Amino acid sequence: MAEEVKAAPPATFKVTIDNITIDVKPGTSILNAARQIGGDVTPPAMCYYSKLEGSGGKCRTCLVEVAAGSTADPRPMPKLVASCRTNVMDGMIVKNMTSEKVPDARAGVVEFLLLNHPLDCPICDQAGECHLQDLGYDHGKAGTRYQFSRRTFAREDIGPYIQLHMTRCILCYRCTYVADQITDKRVHGIVDRGDHAAISTYISKAIDNDFSGNMIDVCPVGALTDKTFRFKNRVWFTKPVDAHRNCENPKCCGKATLWLRGDEVFRVTARKDEWGEVQSYDGKVGWICNTCRFDKKETKDWTIEGVTNISRHSVIGANKYKVLDVPGETVSKVMGGRAPKLLMDIHNVSGVNNPDIDLSDLQRPAHSGDFKKDPEPGLESKN
Amino acid sequence: MQALTNRVKEVDRKPLSFMEKMYLPAILKGMFITFSHIFKKKPTINYPEKKRPFSPVFRGMQILNRDEEGRENCTACGLCAVACPAEAITMEAAERQPGEEHLYREEKYAAKYEINMLRCIFCGLCEEACPKDAIYLSESFAPADYQRKQFVYNKSELLIPNPKEDPEAYKKALGNRAKPTTNA
Repeated sequence: MAEEVKAAPPATFKVTIDNITIDVKPGTSILNAARQIGGDVTPPAMCYYSKLEGSGGKCRTCLVEVAAGSTADPRPMPKLVASCRTNVMDGMIVKNMTSEKVPDARAGVVEFLLLNHPLDCPICDQAGECHLQDLGYDHGKAGTRYQFSRRTFAREDIGPYIQLHMTRCILCYRCTYVADQITDKRVHGIVDRGDHAAISTYISKAIDNDFSGNMIDVCPVGALTDKTFRFKNRVWFTKPVDAHRNCENPKCCGKATLWLRGDEVFRVTARKDEWGEVQSYDGKVGWICNTCRFDKKETKDWTIEGVTNISRHSVIGANKYKVLDVPGETVSKVMGGRAPKLLMDIHNVSGVNNPDIDLSDLQRPAHSGDFKKDPEPGLESKN
Repeated sequence: MQALTNRVKEVDRKPLSFMEKMYLPAILKGMFITFSHIFKKKPTINYPEKKRPFSPVFRGMQILNRDEEGRENCTACGLCAVACPAEAITMEAAERQPGEEHLYREEKYAAKYEINMLRCIFCGLCEEACPKDAIYLSESFAPADYQRKQFVYNKSELLIPNPKEDPEAYKKALGNRAKPTTNA
């Protein structure tokens, strides 16, 4: 057997996913081959992150059925395989959407991911851009059969900018890979095992690395959130625009998405691609540094390029102009230069979005005292 | 020209007949209908003195609900505002501080919550969207006023009376439709 002559592997492997055939390089995983096709064929992934080496294989949401292993050995694989960790073979036939077993298995995986995940989406800042929300919506079941109390943790501050809600964590390990591969030294990781496993900094050591903020972007759920944005606004009420600045940090890409309310910058994130991962520019991943992310909360710090393209099915694009410039008023033109008589200026009556209170200046969530400066302007003018 | 559907009706452009040109028969016919209504039962009522019962699905002015301990249910999730087709609802959230646990049920709460009643169309989608049992359309109208600014309702006008401090007013505000099992 040892002398068996092996034919040289072909330059590209032909793989068929959901009846769509594509040629990919040897060594490509099924998930990445499916991403090259794109669309609904792509299995969802919660833990795999193409920009982080070694990620994947933990959450099992990307399970697919392999109907034929390869041309040389066309037997089907006996069990569903994790597509992020299984490489393609020449002549492999994969079933994702077309499989009968996959939706059922995925619903089971989602049920397990949600066993300990709290249903606090109304409070969570990730809601609206949460991958677990999308996954639960697309593949989950309406109810849970779990009858025991969920594991809970006290919320923890990881450094001055990052809030950790361990109760929401699904243990995808992405953030620890970010800390390992992007920042200089890792001071946080997973402590304990099994059901007790938890992300933490060792002896609550603060993370003060320049790139620690990227953990927020890779977190698929709301376990790691931006403390400077905490509770400021819902994601879908802020308007995302693409902007860049010349960052002094040589490792920082300087290209970011600003999340605006009016002219206030509520949040800065790295730009995301269609898979929800941080975008690459010329082969380099566009991670941004903490200065860009947490300290540059003014529109004058940035050069705004245009409105971020948001999928029309996403709630983030709801009720927003798709252009930067709001169409001008035409009333005075029609009335021969005479301005319309305003019957009510909403800022005289409303306490919301008070021009005197700049929430984006706060480096922490708003508290009851922050609104006391001008208690209910509506009440005064009304009475 | 070929019609797109078979429901097209040609406009009748024939000249008026002699009877139509006289106009009087048509006027008399209309007058007869008008006078006949004098002898029919009045469909109107004198409103402030007499009130009609509300339909069980009546949607009136919004209230913000409290739980049985008097804490505000609203957590400023923004689902009512995003569901609102008239964009009448705005809010601003804040984090609950230690010592405020008796005021707000969740760690996030609505520091400001406003409904612009000039915009509200009483569709009830906010009530449907609410995951926290916090907003309900009650059995009352928004009272009339002479000024527009009175119709931007803030939290002090929308919140239901506290069941601990003012149980009578709370019960009244719950209305007739509230199920006895929910909220005390």
